[in-house]
Amino acid sequence: MKIEHYKNSSELHVKLCGELDELTGSYVRTAIDSLTDENDLKRLYIDMSELSFMDSTGIGVLIGRYKRLKPRGVQIILQAPTQAVDRVLGLSGVYTIMTKAV
Amino acid sequence: MKNEMTLTFLAKSENEAFARNAVAAFCVGLDPTIDQINDIKTAVSEAVTNAIVHAYPNSKGENYVTVRTSIDDTSVHIVVSDTGIGIDDIESAVQPFYTSKPEDERSGMGFTVMESFTDKLTIEKNEPVGTVVTMTKTIRGADWKKKKHCD
Repeated sequence: MKIEHYKNSSELHVKLCGELDELTGSYVRTAIDSLTDENDLKRLYIDMSELSFMDSTGIGVLIGRYKRLKPRGVQIILQAPTQAVDRVLGLSGVYTIMTKAV
Repeated sequence: MKNEMTLTFLAKSENEAFARNAVAAFCVGLDPTIDQINDIKTAVSEAVTNAIVHAYPNSKGENYVTVRTSIDDTSVHIVVSDTGIGIDDIESAVQPFYTSKPEDERSGMGFTVMESFTDKLTIEKNEPVGTVVTMTKTIRGADWKKKKHCD
């Protein structure tokens, strides 16, 4: 799992490259939490175009970040999920609390 | 049965990717679609993750997970078993969002994903201890059977 990121004003862009499962979940969780520490953050974009696999461990990671960031008013946008990842996201109901962007 | 394989590996998360990719590769003979391959990989990953995360809490010994995969003309049958602590209340465990470890940010969607991504799912107690998860997914439908019959 490789994580790329850049910040643009109050927006943080994070790109997940690889597979998100039990092995990599804690790394992704810790990395996003450390990147989202800054108080001026308004939107977190998670680019999933190079996330080739994700199981329900990833759903837990995403919902955990939502619970952590929602009280601060930070919106989470999931960008360009691959077809396999999109199916897991859709099934879990994540799109009811996070925005999907192409 | 047309073909069968059995994998036994240590209950470590490092082995999840190996297990799901090995099962997916084994099914290639059935000529699955990309979506079907993805479904199989995800379902296997869920079952193996459950065994690794929940079956052996606080255990210091070497614990194993076994994945037996068989294919016939139309379907893949996958049996994931462990010899861990078992599931006390299977009926509750299969409910969406149920998790015995909410503090770990578990989604509780594992069995829901397995059920949705396969055609048949059963969860049983292993004897004498542990859990057996059995999943069946049809790869080739009625059209293929009809064509084969005509050939």
